[in-house]
Amino acid sequence: MIRILYFASLRERLGRAEETLQDFPGTLAGLRVQLAARGDVWGEVFADERRVLAAVNQEMAPVDRTLKTGDEVGFFPPVTGG
Amino acid sequence: MHTEVRVQAEPLDALTETAPVFNGNSAVGGVVSFIGLMRDLNQGDQVTSMTLEHYPGMTEKALADIVGEAGIRWELEAVRLIHRVGEVRPRDPIVLVAVASAHRGEAFRACEFIIDYLKTRAPFWKREQTADGSSRWVEARVSDDEAADAWEK
Repeated sequence: MIRILYFASLRERLGRAEETLQDFPGTLAGLRVQLAARGDVWGEVFADERRVLAAVNQEMAPVDRTLKTGDEVGFFPPVTGG
Repeated sequence: MHTEVRVQAEPLDALTETAPVFNGNSAVGGVVSFIGLMRDLNQGDQVTSMTLEHYPGMTEKALADIVGEAGIRWELEAVRLIHRVGEVRPRDPIVLVAVASAHRGEAFRACEFIIDYLKTRAPFWKREQTADGSSRWVEARVSDDEAADAWEK
């Protein structure tokens, strides 16, 4: 099982702040494909790699990052603090 | 190096928060601080308020990592990095970066490095409310990426 959190404009577009997945792929790239396959707004959001950043266990992660049970994955748009 | 990193919903008193980086430390020869404030105009529109969102846990870690990286690159006595979340209004301080060092050069460079990295690496997102009653997410700027990338060279 992994926990997924969505932030800011992503959370609003997807209409969801978090979820847990029992079945999940081995990498972050695979997870993006799996989520995009839900279609509609999910497909739009995850189609553009540059517009969606990802963190695994609260650290920025590249798409080839492997996933294991218990991981927390965060998806969010480019940051705008400061 | 003494560091303090905070994310807070309470108003930020930037001047009061700067003093602790040099008070009581006679090794400090210079302090450089950056205070980021909310403006009332963005992309030609009047902005009445803004809501700052963050990723609790990750944001604090990202800020601590950026301060730690500055401490590796430069000889620093103290760093304070405080960032607001929640609702802010024009003229409110959003972020304070205060850096104390023996010499000004280190403090100037470290301060700019920290705010440049924060702008592109710390998970905060701004949603602004405009005078006509609508609201929108603020878009990331290419110029911020370029400023952060310049430190890699």
